[in-house]
Amino acid sequence: MGDESTYLAAGEIAAAVRGGERSAVEVVEEHLAVIAGREPEVHAFNAVGDAQARMAAELIDRRVAAGEDPGPLAGVPVALKDNLCTAGVPTTCSSRILEGWLPPYDATVVTRLGLAGAIAMGKTNLDEFAMGSSTENSAFGPTRNPHDLTRVPGGSSGGSAAAVAAGFAPLALGSDTGGSIRQPAALCGVVGVKPTYGRVSRYGLIAFASSLDQIGPLAPTVADAALLLEVIAGHDPLDSTSIPEPSPSLVAGLDAGVEGLRIGVVAELMGEGVAPDVRRRVEAAAEVLAGAGAKVEEAEVPAVAYGLSAYYLIAPAEASSNLARYDGVRYGLRVDAPTTATMNVATRTAGFGAEVKRRIMLGTYALSAGYYDAYYGKAQQVRTLIVRDFAAAYESFDLLVSPTSPTTAFPLGAKAADPLTMYLSDVCTIPSNLAGDPAVSVPFGVGDDGLPVGVQILAPALAEATMLQAAAVLEDAMAGEAGTP
Amino acid sequence: MTEWETVVGLEVHCELATATKLFCACRNAFGDEPNTNICPVCLGLPGSLPVLNRGAVELAMRLGLALGCTVEPSLFHRKNYFYPDMPKDYQVSQYDQPINVDGVLELADGTRVGIERAHLEEDTGKSTHVGGGGRIHEADHSLVDYNRAGVPLVEVVSRPDLRSAEAARAYVNELRAVLVATGASDARMEEGSMRVDANISVRPVDFSTLGTRCEVKNLNSTRSLGRAIDYEARRQIALLEAGEQVTQQTRHWDEADGRTHPLRSKEEAYDYRYFPEPDLVPLVPGDAWRTSVAESLPPLPAPRRRRLAEATGSATAAVAVVVERGLDDLVLAALAAGGDAQRLVVHAEHDLAGGVGALTTDAFAALTRMEADGALTATQAKAVLAELVANGGDPAAVAAALGYEAMAGDALAVAVDDAIAANPDAWARYLAGDTKVSGFFVGQVMRATKGQADGRVVTALLGQRADAGG
Ligand SMILES: [Zn+2]
Repeated sequence: MGDESTYLAAGEIAAAVRGGERSAVEVVEEHLAVIAGREPEVHAFNAVGDAQARMAAELIDRRVAAGEDPGPLAGVPVALKDNLCTAGVPTTCSSRILEGWLPPYDATVVTRLGLAGAIAMGKTNLDEFAMGSSTENSAFGPTRNPHDLTRVPGGSSGGSAAAVAAGFAPLALGSDTGGSIRQPAALCGVVGVKPTYGRVSRYGLIAFASSLDQIGPLAPTVADAALLLEVIAGHDPLDSTSIPEPSPSLVAGLDAGVEGLRIGVVAELMGEGVAPDVRRRVEAAAEVLAGAGAKVEEAEVPAVAYGLSAYYLIAPAEASSNLARYDGVRYGLRVDAPTTATMNVATRTAGFGAEVKRRIMLGTYALSAGYYDAYYGKAQQVRTLIVRDFAAAYESFDLLVSPTSPTTAFPLGAKAADPLTMYLSDVCTIPSNLAGDPAVSVPFGVGDDGLPVGVQILAPALAEATMLQAAAVLEDAMAGEAGTP
Repeated sequence: MTEWETVVGLEVHCELATATKLFCACRNAFGDEPNTNICPVCLGLPGSLPVLNRGAVELAMRLGLALGCTVEPSLFHRKNYFYPDMPKDYQVSQYDQPINVDGVLELADGTRVGIERAHLEEDTGKSTHVGGGGRIHEADHSLVDYNRAGVPLVEVVSRPDLRSAEAARAYVNELRAVLVATGASDARMEEGSMRVDANISVRPVDFSTLGTRCEVKNLNSTRSLGRAIDYEARRQIALLEAGEQVTQQTRHWDEADGRTHPLRSKEEAYDYRYFPEPDLVPLVPGDAWRTSVAESLPPLPAPRRRRLAEATGSATAAVAVVVERGLDDLVLAALAAGGDAQRLVVHAEHDLAGGVGALTTDAFAALTRMEADGALTATQAKAVLAELVANGGDPAAVAAALGYEAMAGDALAVAVDDAIAANPDAWARYLAGDTKVSGFFVGQVMRATKGQADGRVVTALLGQRADAGG
């Protein structure tokens, strides 16, 4: 764990920098010092942008000195998942296939961070093209869980979650296609939010599965996650699937509590496959919510049982198409061969890792003539059922609760050889992606192994504010409790 | 011996004349320096996303409505296949829910050709294969220009309603006229802004089921289209008459050897793995938009031809030429101003190919009136018209300046009688039924009147003299 001073909340850092009480350069140097201390063992970053961060910090300080307000994240370091495009800075998706590619543009979220005065600290490690749940599928080596270096940080935003947990940056951005923000947040003991689909612009997020991908914040606290989400959310004309709504107000009403809310514990996500110690923490969370005035009952969302199967057809199908462009013709890796077709094959064979290849083949198959109806078509029907079942549940409940991950952080290598076991890590998080609804993972104590457990709170579309209010109630309940990692 | 019928359906790709590309703000322009009109979106760079161009949708709707299609709520799909000039290695196109469905294109001769659909899609880049005769397999290396990548296209798919090479060419000409009239496309085959693929099959004339078809690509002009259809029909008929089968395949037209060559068979056809494009939302043009587009459509060639034919009573072919030249409004206005319908159409068809210049509606009307009244011969009228086009003015004054005296009927009758009297042998042959001799008499009268006689009137007078018993 890093120096305690680095655990200052992002909001407090920004307030201090805006008020001229702390310099952004100082903030950056403190975090670079923490990184220098632990990054070699954690490997949260593919690249630390120390020089750029220092320069950006100096600019912020000059603006403050000149009487300007650099914005709500003034001087706050933010770690960026390495599938977010940063102009002139390598963006790799932790894949060899993008070797040498420099994006000529910033992702919309990166632009918005800059406009809010935030400082990009570097690009964090991920499962290659965000395909995985442990950050072991990285071409640049795994990231380790800062709470226990023999364990995985979760994935695919494992680098971002580890960076926040290790104090490398007070905030990080991840992307969540089937749980890739929430599951590593749970395993690393931080807050992770998957916003409503379309809430945050995907422009500049290198696509895994376009209809499921969503960028979101990772932070040590609910308030900081809310602050970061406020900055990055809101309509973007560059993303046709972006919701034409202004950025929601989230921080202001965060302490509103859950008095009178109807909260359901999803029965289908509390049974077989969920570790008993994790289940007990969710039950404890339900009691806390009830104690805070919510009406807590069991909820049924039957179709979530088929979520995993539907997801592993839809996501690979879209990925097989999204990843076709890495053909060696225009950018990234090229392995020369006598003809264009053999060059394509040689390049893709050398450039993609095993999991990416597996999903490309799975997706190609699911879309093939003669199989489309049985696989992709059927999966879309399941998706419709899941949307319908959630809508039905939200007629009786304002929010739903479940585990984020069925287990706490598992040892490196434990599931790497068995993709199906690995896929089960996302069983609780996938339904929200299929439904397009928001969900948050909030740390809620530890399991029998002393490692963090995350509780997931699910909400209907656009109800992030209520969802984060409930998360804040759980966070408050844990505050001061012994054993908080 | 079986009599065969050729059945043709055409797929025509038309580049829409928008200012910018289908999914980004890059310029849509032909002939610019390679790879200058490009951006992350049309290069398909990682992380980029498409945003649909409203102007392209509007032009697609204009074309669809002009073709009598229904404009439907539509979806974009991804058509997946690898090709170096396709930046994303998939093409965004419309698949089972196209924007325009079920229309008709009426050709100049009145033939009605069904339009199955006219859907939106993006164009690919353009490859140039260097060395190896320009073919990808033998090339040294290839160069790709992505200026064209993402340019909006409408693919107009006809029903198999065409029955000959000539009809197919007429269809392409008619479609081009509609594209130009609606402003949807400049429709230039030579620049590739209009590209035609033909589905060709043959069957015995009295059959209603379709034969096995071949799709022929690389048709760069209407001439190639006609040649390819004729060749392909002959090839298929020869196969069938030899007791063999036509194999469903895609074939490549080779302009140089005048043949089609197989590209790939049905079994080797790509599996495009279409699925709905998740980066775009469904396209649902509102009623108000649709209505305003429909109301802004200009008069289209087929109704214009019908209007002109009804007003002038002229033949189909002449009417088609006049409308194609865009002279129908002038003819109708001159007709309203008292012009002679038949002479107006004849001049518009034959004498105004180079434009109307300084010719006014009233002068055009007056000129044809003079002709109809016999004050000017056809030859003289043509000369006067040329002067009116070049410098304007009043046709009577121009005729006078050119020395075209109005030749009174009796003066002409005298000249005819003189000619008969001077050539008794020839006149005897004429009376005996040798009509060729009438040309001789017309020539004699023309010479005597220094070309001011109207040949048709001379012929008529000769007939009258003969009927009167010589
Ligand atoms: Zn562009």
